[in-house]
Amino acid sequence: MNFEAKINKFIEILIDYKGYVKVIEGLENTLKIAILGLVIGIVIGTLIATVRVIPKYKTLPRVLNSICTFYVGFFRGTPMVVQLLLFYYVALPLMGINLPSVSVAIAVFGLNSGAYISEIMRSGIQSVDYGQTEGGRSVGLSFATTMMKIVIPQAVKNILPTLGNEFIVLIKETSIVSFIGAADLYVAFNYIGSNSYEFMVPYLAMAIIYIVIVCIITVLIKFMERSLKKSDRRN
Amino acid sequence: MIDVIDLKKSFGKVDVLKGIDIKINKGDVVVVIGPSGSGKSTFLRCLNCMEDPTGGQIIFNGVDIADPKVNINIHRRRIGMVFQHFNLFNNKTVIQNIMLSPVLCALSDRRKAIIRNIFSKKKEPVRSKDEIKKTEKENAMKLLARIGLEDKANAYPSTLSGGQKQRVAIVRSLAMNPDVILFDEPTSALDPEMVGEVLEVMKELAKSGMTMVIVTHEMGFAKEVGSRIVFIDEGVIKEENNPKDFFDNPQDPRLKEFLSKVLI
Ligand SMILES: Nc1ncnc2c1ncn2[C@@H]1O[C@H](COP(=O)(O)OP(=O)(O)OP(=O)(O)O)[C@@H](O)[C@H]1O
Ligand SMILES: [Mg+2]
Repeated sequence: MNFEAKINKFIEILIDYKGYVKVIEGLENTLKIAILGLVIGIVIGTLIATVRVIPKYKTLPRVLNSICTFYVGFFRGTPMVVQLLLFYYVALPLMGINLPSVSVAIAVFGLNSGAYISEIMRSGIQSVDYGQTEGGRSVGLSFATTMMKIVIPQAVKNILPTLGNEFIVLIKETSIVSFIGAADLYVAFNYIGSNSYEFMVPYLAMAIIYIVIVCIITVLIKFMERSLKKSDRRN
Repeated sequence: MIDVIDLKKSFGKVDVLKGIDIKINKGDVVVVIGPSGSGKSTFLRCLNCMEDPTGGQIIFNGVDIADPKVNINIHRRRIGMVFQHFNLFNNKTVIQNIMLSPVLCALSDRRKAIIRNIFSKKKEPVRSKDEIKKTEKENAMKLLARIGLEDKANAYPSTLSGGQKQRVAIVRSLAMNPDVILFDEPTSALDPEMVGEVLEVMKELAKSGMTMVIVTHEMGFAKEVGSRIVFIDEGVIKEENNPKDFFDNPQDPRLKEFLSKVLI
């Protein structure tokens, strides 16, 4: 088969055999897992990072801090595939919980990125001058309120590029969710490939879709960075 | 108003404050001077527990706020603080800087009032959120007018000069309607030509009867505005007097030496 024939075959399966339904479903799942995973990750990561910077002379912060250290150690110390398999085939069945594989994937992606984002967020918080915290505390704001209203918004601005990077990593990592039977882009294009006994064009198309998504995200982040920078500009 | 009793503070093995006793009454303008590293900042920062004292008491309006069990945030609302490096919120505009804490505090008081109303027959009046924001905004604009910076209301701190930043920082602390304001070298980070405008605002505050505790190296200002001058050295108060006697007739040998160095 020459290349043109391969493309025709691909289009035939994509359109006539409803391959596009699979692709759309895969795309949807990929985005769902990456976006929701990122949102959960940001929430968890911010909480952990906040615990990490609380002054440590009371017992409760120390205990919380140890829990966070263990959590981050586990999720950074094992491959995400292993975490997926552990949750889907071991932890959840043991607890008697039955969840769709996409939901499990979202949860694991969230928990995993939470560990990485906590470190990103911590360095972001530490990059904000301590005077900002003092200013907040001096007018009677609690530690939590000072963090939420003053420090974390500035930290997020500083780490936005790194956070964008994390999102891109998540998008690409979604290709492992087929290990627990979730239908992502890889599953969709694999379906097309195996129906035509021809994998060159489907995989090429898959790569292009990933690149397009990543380009879109990059542009969005640049845009957000610029709009968040307005407090730095002299006007 | 603030009664400091045998205040001690150490960082690890270093004893910085070794027992400070002082009474600050309503309307006092207490100026704290002393050599570098003598513990002036530490003393000031203990007054609102920015540094937790390691010993002694700080009785503020009848409550010992050095006790770790008290909710310090409630008391800090009544104790303003102005820093050497301004510490304005960089992610907020000037007016947001001033309004932030008053609005949040009013909202949290409002929530508590609503909860109390559920459980008691006597219903207290509850202001709406918009009303709170409107009042605080008007108040903030009035404060900005007082320092002549109304036109900067929507500017970000990064666009202001040092003197403007410090004036905003002063009214930010004023917006909480504090009983006392603490100043830690408020003019030390400023270019010389901006020192005057900040001292002017502080003089006016003193004239209006605000209670103030000021750490400064501006001896002229101390003499003019202070109602009492305190010399801190080696972690204790070595001398405390009215400005005239303090500068014209110092007793402590270390103070004599210090004054001979700073008053040329
Ligand atoms: N957070 C801290 N940890 C450890 N040591 C500290 C800390 N803060 C202050 N010190 C030490 O306490 C001593 C007093 O410091 P402080 O800042 O109160 O002095 P100061 O009188 O304000 O001096 P300056 O005029 O230079 O501002 C110094 O020796 C300083 O090194
Ligand atoms: Mg100091």
